[in-house]
Amino acid sequence: MLNRTNLATLLVVLAFLAVPMAATWLGTNYVITLATRVAIYGIVAVSLDMLVGRGNLVSFGHAAYFGLGGYAVAIASFHLANDVPIFGWSGTNEALIAWPLAMAVAGLAALVIGALSLRTAGVYFIMITLAFAQMLFFLFVALKYYGGDDGLSLSTRNLFAGNRITDSRTFYWICVSALALCVLLSWRILNSRFGMVLRGAAASERRMAALGFPVYRYRLAAFVIAGMMAGLAGALWANQNRFVSPDMLSWVRSGEFLVMVIMGGLSSLVGPVVGAAAFLLIESYLSGATEHWQMIFGPFVLLVAVFAPRGLWGAVRGKDRQ
Amino acid sequence: MSALQLEGLRKSFGSLRATDNVSLGVEDGECHAVIGPNGAGKTTLIGEITGEIAPDAGRISLFGVDVTSWNVPRRALSGLARSFQITQLAPGFTALDNAAFAVQARQGHSFRFIADARKDKRLREPALAALEQVGLADRADRNAEALSHGERRQLELAVALAMQPRLLLLDEPMAGMGPEEGARMVEILRGIKRTMTIVLVEHDMDAVFALADRVSVLVNGAILKTGTPREVRDDARVRDAYLGAGAH
Repeated sequence: MLNRTNLATLLVVLAFLAVPMAATWLGTNYVITLATRVAIYGIVAVSLDMLVGRGNLVSFGHAAYFGLGGYAVAIASFHLANDVPIFGWSGTNEALIAWPLAMAVAGLAALVIGALSLRTAGVYFIMITLAFAQMLFFLFVALKYYGGDDGLSLSTRNLFAGNRITDSRTFYWICVSALALCVLLSWRILNSRFGMVLRGAAASERRMAALGFPVYRYRLAAFVIAGMMAGLAGALWANQNRFVSPDMLSWVRSGEFLVMVIMGGLSSLVGPVVGAAAFLLIESYLSGATEHWQMIFGPFVLLVAVFAPRGLWGAVRGKDRQ
Repeated sequence: MSALQLEGLRKSFGSLRATDNVSLGVEDGECHAVIGPNGAGKTTLIGEITGEIAPDAGRISLFGVDVTSWNVPRRALSGLARSFQITQLAPGFTALDNAAFAVQARQGHSFRFIADARKDKRLREPALAALEQVGLADRADRNAEALSHGERRQLELAVALAMQPRLLLLDEPMAGMGPEEGARMVEILRGIKRTMTIVLVEHDMDAVFALADRVSVLVNGAILKTGTPREVRDDARVRDAYLGAGAH
């Protein structure tokens, strides 16, 4: 059915498909670089929305999993470049190994942090997720061996199934495919039995417990899934920039992720991606004009909050049923 | 074997004895009403039975199994369903969704990530049957918050029935209902009463005397009297403590 929502979704898909052509037409690769970042941040935003929008779990530490994914790839690459590969094994330069590894590391951290944080609720949950993320941030600042404050450079991008992915278009398609996979997966998950429990618990936790759902376990699983997606995004980010730094895990970054999700539209699959795009486009445009771009961006976010309480995507969808 | 057995249950909040040495047995298959004036400790007692409130002392058994240390979901899965005094439905979900949650809960774990739950006949058909049982089938696709107050109370019951419980704990099912809706609810309850054990916590005396096999009167956290509706109605102490007190 071609209602406003489907039409807008189609436009978003077409926009992603048209990026390489637009780059050729405009004669600049910057469009591709920017769109690649949109895809990567889009993955983070979609994963965060699963927690904030669907689970009513406001995680203020989502950058931790993003950063861990990045560091997992960078550290493996660092050891390879210095001829001390982890376990003496050189397979870690293969994306199909390094990226799942990054997801596993991020997922494991999410398991531990989630297991502790999810025992709290509301404001305490926000504060404790933030506190854990800050602990990891300072851990990487202190890790001088891996660059500490200065971060860590990757000598090359990973190989993807044995192929080089240094070409910006090739890398763009990889990132867009990863985003598409994450959106599709989230869509299936949120409508599955698991998703119904997660969303039902957000609507009425007491009810779900009284029906016999051990809500905590389902929330923890969602926390791990979201952490793994953010870890994948971090691995992609590290490859795009061939650089990681503690900044990836900072609380400012966590806040930006939340702004993307809320500005784009909570509890909508495409909304967070639109939010990530809006954030990065505005940042890119305004920061070219002035160093104090946030002076303009702040009021913009405020306007969205006042006039489009369901976010940009909610405004686009209009009165379409949820 | 009794369906529900409470032994020496105690719970205090500060100096207030909300549950004061309550012992109570509910026989398998009976409809047992718990009545008492406001502040008698009915809500606390329900919380202790469902597992939301941990008693300070005493034991709770369901069908002969000591469940005192069990949490809420575990007790629910062992066959205890409850309705809420203040409706606890999931807003943003349809009436059918709300009933389907209950069906899903008793079909094992929900770590199933791919198949669409709303297209799952194993969930939707029993859920619809539960709505039919309370006469809400024509409201199946209506959002829970768009239902009238009486319909929400009916849905609250349908969700509990969809769990196919062995013991049904009803927390003031007639609360806030008009006489007509209340009479209808009594009819629905009369229909299900022979199929499961029911603990009915209710203010509405007509409903209690129409449905209950036995009645326990709770006053100041303690059981004042347990007996048939007639025995309870004729008891002088009950009349002093409650039926009389309820008049003003």
